[in-house]
Amino acid sequence: MSLRVRMVVLAVGLLGLAAMLVAAFRKLPGFGGSWHPYGQRAVETALGRHTSNVIASINFDQRAFDTMGEQAILFGAVLGTVVILRTTRDERRVEPEPARVPAPLRRYALAVLPVTLLTGLYVVAHGQVSPGGGFQGGVVAATALHLLYIAVDYRALQRVRSVPLFTLADAAGEAGYPLLGLGVLMTGASFLENVLPYGTLGTLSSGGTVPVLNAAIGLEVAAAVVVLLAQFLDQAIVIESEDGEQGAGSVGDGDGRRGEGGAA
Amino acid sequence: MTAAQLLPVLVAGPLLGAAVLVATGRWLPRYVADVFGAVVAGAASALALGVLVATAHRPAAVEWVGGWRPRHGTGVGIVLVGDGIGLGLAAVVSVLVVTVLVYSWRFFDDPPPHQAGAFPALILAFQAAMCGFTLTGDLFNAFVFFELMGVVAYALTGYRVDEARAVQGALTFGFLNSLGGYSLLLGVGLLYAHTGELGLAQLGAHLDAAPDGSGTLVKAAFVLVATGFLVKAAAVPFHFWLPDAHTVAPTPVCMLLSGAMVQLGVYGVARLYWTVFAGSGALPEAAVHRALLALGVLTAVTGALLCWLQRHVKRLLAFSTIAHTGLFLVTLAVLTPEAVAGTALYVLGHAGIKAALFACAGILVDRFGNVDEQELHGRGVRLRPVGVLFTVGGLALAGLPPFGTGLGKALSEEAAGGWLTVLFVAVSAATGGAVLRVAGGVFFGLGSPPAEEDRPHAAGRHRAGGEEQHEDAETTGADEPEETRERVTRAPDTMVVAAAALLAAGLAVGCVPPLWSAVSRAADSFTDHSGYAMAVLYSTGQHLTHSPAPHWSPAGVTLGLLSTVLAACGAWAALRTVPSGVRPRWSLPLRRLHSGHVGDYVACVVAGLTLLAALVW
Amino acid sequence: MSILPYLVAGWLFLAGCYGLATSRNLIHAVGSLAVCQASTYVLLLAVGYRRGGTAPVFSDIRPGSRPVVDPVVQALTLTDVVVGATLTALLLALVVQVSKRHGTVDPDELRELRG
Repeated sequence: MSLRVRMVVLAVGLLGLAAMLVAAFRKLPGFGGSWHPYGQRAVETALGRHTSNVIASINFDQRAFDTMGEQAILFGAVLGTVVILRTTRDERRVEPEPARVPAPLRRYALAVLPVTLLTGLYVVAHGQVSPGGGFQGGVVAATALHLLYIAVDYRALQRVRSVPLFTLADAAGEAGYPLLGLGVLMTGASFLENVLPYGTLGTLSSGGTVPVLNAAIGLEVAAAVVVLLAQFLDQAIVIESEDGEQGAGSVGDGDGRRGEGGAA
Repeated sequence: MTAAQLLPVLVAGPLLGAAVLVATGRWLPRYVADVFGAVVAGAASALALGVLVATAHRPAAVEWVGGWRPRHGTGVGIVLVGDGIGLGLAAVVSVLVVTVLVYSWRFFDDPPPHQAGAFPALILAFQAAMCGFTLTGDLFNAFVFFELMGVVAYALTGYRVDEARAVQGALTFGFLNSLGGYSLLLGVGLLYAHTGELGLAQLGAHLDAAPDGSGTLVKAAFVLVATGFLVKAAAVPFHFWLPDAHTVAPTPVCMLLSGAMVQLGVYGVARLYWTVFAGSGALPEAAVHRALLALGVLTAVTGALLCWLQRHVKRLLAFSTIAHTGLFLVTLAVLTPEAVAGTALYVLGHAGIKAALFACAGILVDRFGNVDEQELHGRGVRLRPVGVLFTVGGLALAGLPPFGTGLGKALSEEAAGGWLTVLFVAVSAATGGAVLRVAGGVFFGLGSPPAEEDRPHAAGRHRAGGEEQHEDAETTGADEPEETRERVTRAPDTMVVAAAALLAAGLAVGCVPPLWSAVSRAADSFTDHSGYAMAVLYSTGQHLTHSPAPHWSPAGVTLGLLSTVLAACGAWAALRTVPSGVRPRWSLPLRRLHSGHVGDYVACVVAGLTLLAALVW
Repeated sequence: MSILPYLVAGWLFLAGCYGLATSRNLIHAVGSLAVCQASTYVLLLAVGYRRGGTAPVFSDIRPGSRPVVDPVVQALTLTDVVVGATLTALLLALVVQVSKRHGTVDPDELRELRG
């Protein structure tokens, strides 16, 4: 349809939708009210299971089945990206070129790397106690690894980032959820039932199965982010079409070979 | 261990299988990965069927994941409900996945490097998502599986990345379905704010007790959530992703999308209505009836017209799926247990028949690298067994007794009644006729071959200049890349066997009376609003008076034969008289509406939201 | 005005839809979709807010000493964020391939799959 027709259709749709949303919002309970029945129950339940981070208790215990679906989405999306960004028949892989990095940048990135990694692991490990958890910490830990790319070059990152190994870790993290669930099922309890001792509120070993599932998620997220970024970085740096054109170079200006941008 | 406790395994098992395939994909030979995938899917199917049989005459299996059983009707957990319709759909999905994995043993020459298991792994994750969606009794959990279904399906649709059209179709699919998902989530947010609950049964119980005056909010929430499901169901005007995705997706993926996933959207609307909204005075039954009927008629007519106008065989089948979705919605709009039973049997039969038709189309792709009706004219003569299967599929699609599609159609006509009978006959005849036209031309060389200048040449008309394209919006099926290692010289046995088995399954649905009474019982409890809440929240079963089991009526048989004859006559007339490639001018606006432009499609979805709201208000 | 936060959520959804429908660049379209999704975050968190409430984490406050905001919507939002991030990655991967195969990321120039 022509642009004019599309805009008319869109305008009708947006106006109608706006009217419906405003009408609905006027009937919602006022912002900031104190009536949260499910939330209240969730808090009491979390404390009953000695999990001081209520959100972790919801994600990994009370509504753990949601999180199983959620981590499957992450797993599926990463697998999908691996499939979609694979090297096709009319493409080849080239060796990335070494890059020169300004010394201050190099020093800073290398100094921050271990700190970032440790922060990530800390956030994963304390998911049941304080804000954070496997999702957040996993992303931080995966970011740490990529500081190598900033500090040195893509070849350095490639050396420590074994994609097969991280794929294996991704799959192992993904399998953690169903495996634990099925294991619990074998004992006669319900799938994903929290059968471990609840421990002491506020300590690392509190929450029963919460830290276990949290760790599985941390492993999966960290590995998945590494594999995911590897696909995009490979597109920008390693994969060329047979006639020598850079794979994704035409998408945007920022995707050029890093050696050119970083060597200034 | 009880049968109910095994319900989560239907989701966890395939996910675990997918993880194993990805972990070992580096070392596994291709065929081991394929066999492993089929075994895992087969085990899940056996489990689903086992639980279904074990609980056939008992109250639905209800499992609170993690043992979070509610006290006094309130809880914090997520519930899985294996009632007849939900668990039955999970079983159908699982069996279809096994067939698809067997069918695709000869598929795809270039799995991603070191990922031999990527395709079966994605299919297993898709299976887990669909089973989770059918079993869950929690609205937010349904959103999670809705998104998982989506993410995996986009990747599968774009699987053949060296194909320009494949990535475009997958992207359109992704945009529209994600937008639908966010609409769904906005609706979940509204319902949560209003009721403070997420479980379907709890939401329903709360709305039942809610005071008047919240009608606006409840209606808006219904519109937003239902829009998400209707995008998945490909109801017009939310349907634009479906033809594009089916045109480009690998054939096994089309079988799953058209055979199962689209119908889950319809299931979602029905489940949502009966568990959450059916007891609420805020959303009158008449409003839901009006909305489903209007959208259903629109969907059925649009789908049937465009189906008839296609020459790309997979696209033609895609539009026939849209037409049938419309019929499902029209039947559902009656909002009675009989209507649900009719729809369920129709969906069952349709799953087998439509998947079989796609399987036959896939054989054409592999044999000729082409699925263009005009280009292939007369070239399929040597694939006689496939031609016979394709013809039988066309007849079944038109509603020929005793196929399951025929029974579903007959029961739906009975439930809907009145002038809608004409719609059922016409739409079945048009979609079946289009398939028969292809069968006659391609496999039996009937009619006159297209004039030489009409044939799009090797370069493909879709790559020719924009002007001609603008005049006559169409997608040809030329230049379809083969999906097998090399072009096959004869139809591979696994493919033919899979297609035949699917047709046989579609036939069986219409011939096995015990299945009909089981579906009827399932439909009775599916439409029992308070019974669902009692079973889920208080584990108490209510005794239902069952409606009589459905059966073939003389009128149904007659109308089925009528639509089949009409389909055959239409196909014959088309092959005889209409010069190939010329389409009526009146169809141009309708075809131009399908512009392949994601902006147009999003505008239509947003307008569709408003249309749905107007219908419900 | 006690419905303002909800209106923000509604506005974001409409703005995202407008961006998607009028986009001239597929990367921008993926961004617009993320805006639509942001509206769901805002709505969920607004729904769960409680005046004077703090984070529902009891590592440094005594249970019962202060009201906390609704933890359920926070958990839902976390799920939603993960869904959004992974979906964005997958769609961007498809955009990369569209760019390679079609030589453009302008939806107006993708002229296949019609009729």
